[in-house]
Amino acid sequence: MSMCKYARMVALGLSACVLPCAVSATPEEDLAWIRNYYQTRFPDVRFDDLKFGVYAIDADARISWQSVEEFPPYEDQLRRGKVLFSTPFANGKTYGSCFPNDGIGIRQNYPYFDAASGEIKTLELEINECRQRNGEAPLDLRKGDMASITAYMAFTSKGKPLNITIPNDPRALAWYEMGKRIYYQRVGQYNMSCANCHIDYVGKRMRGPILPPALGQPARFPLYRGAWGELGTLHWRYEDCVIAIRGKPYAPQSPEYRALEYYQSYLGNGITIDGPASSR
Amino acid sequence: MAQGSIKIRTAFDEKAGVHVVKSIFNHPMETGLRKDAAGQLVPAHFIKEVVCEHNGKPVFNAQWGTAISRNPYLSFELRGAKAGDKLSMRWVDNKDDSDSAEIVIG
Amino acid sequence: MKRRSLLQALLAGTVAAGLFGSRDADAAWAADAFAAKTIADALKGAFGTDVLVPSDAIAIKAPNLAENGAMVPIEVSTTLPGLESITFLVERNQNPLAATFYMSPDANRVLATRLKLGRSSAVLVVVRAGGTLYSARKEIDVTIGGCGG
Repeated sequence: MSMCKYARMVALGLSACVLPCAVSATPEEDLAWIRNYYQTRFPDVRFDDLKFGVYAIDADARISWQSVEEFPPYEDQLRRGKVLFSTPFANGKTYGSCFPNDGIGIRQNYPYFDAASGEIKTLELEINECRQRNGEAPLDLRKGDMASITAYMAFTSKGKPLNITIPNDPRALAWYEMGKRIYYQRVGQYNMSCANCHIDYVGKRMRGPILPPALGQPARFPLYRGAWGELGTLHWRYEDCVIAIRGKPYAPQSPEYRALEYYQSYLGNGITIDGPASSR
Repeated sequence: MAQGSIKIRTAFDEKAGVHVVKSIFNHPMETGLRKDAAGQLVPAHFIKEVVCEHNGKPVFNAQWGTAISRNPYLSFELRGAKAGDKLSMRWVDNKDDSDSAEIVIG
Repeated sequence: MKRRSLLQALLAGTVAAGLFGSRDADAAWAADAFAAKTIADALKGAFGTDVLVPSDAIAIKAPNLAENGAMVPIEVSTTLPGLESITFLVERNQNPLAATFYMSPDANRVLATRLKLGRSSAVLVVVRAGGTLYSARKEIDVTIGGCGG
């Protein structure tokens, strides 16, 4: 099926959108709805396996992926991440000093709403804040050392379920709602939203690849994508996706993408961390 | 002379009664047809020959062109090997660079 | 069955003497064959002939649709006796010849690697056994990623 055909269908409003698009649904209602949607859609896939997306639902894709996983392509960066994480800054402090539990086994709690600042804190944001507090320059938010460090931190949380909370604070709820609005916002020349691909058309093909479910996608980051040839962050993937549909992306760690990550991660609660991971 | 570019793993398959060897080489395998970000052609840089030996005897030797993927992966079955045996692999590329690695089968 | 294993033993004897297939480890890299733009020219360059005998005794395991054309996993296994070499060609690549593995009989009848497919193409596997070129083919679809792949 060509891309143009999908775009035309969607533009004519023929998409099978049966979603609670009303912003008035509560996060708990959204969570129940989305879990039910995917479990109905893919009854043979274990809940936690939904995060594997296409690899859980397509045998062909699984062959390629398992072949790549024989020698995980992110191994070197993961090892480097451990070294970077453990190496003190020029002032003698380490990353561990900035995080609870010395930064070990905490990935599943990100992102979170910080009442003091009113901000959504992602792991990448706090890594750079830690660096700045200790006199170091910030890291590139898409790849390189940032991806290596988050790879290590995610690795220490392997198997732990995503545990995102929305405290009883209207500001936190406002972030969640912003993320939700962005998720359903149609963008780009192709006029598609995240929801169109990952909810409406999930399991169907967008040209070659099969569209993976939205559930728990952040749990597999940072991600080694064959197309990138290296580990990359979630916000880089958001950018790439939007560029692919000929839209203009927000910036990594912008309020918009932090809100989106907060919304997406909350809906992935219960899915276990599996970062770093690989994909085509 | 390249170093540390070869990773080799073996496992014994009880059912088939053979060792399964898996290896990966760290190599760009440039075809010479790709353009970089500046629009310049990246010159061909690829492994041309691979030799694999078991206790010094040839298992296979291979001639490659540019269509083997970047960071080439190879997996093969090895018959008649036992714990303590040596397995070695060596590659040579079109720039006359080479690397080799040897493991002891477990 | 008996005849075949005797034949195998004889061939094994020949190969153990140090010559395997038509090339030893010091043979020059087959530049002409790798530069060839057609399957026929690549086969003639590599083997001196392009006469192939299709065979069911060659199994190709590869995805029907490749997620990433730059890394298509492919596994070949064969039960043909007198195995000398396994050659991979990608029919619609600019230069179809991808690789030839000259095998000793101790080795294997199963070999896997990853190939680059420039576009949707059949992969042709040529197994030289007992002096004859046998072949098997598999069509593999390659698409550009639809989501910024």
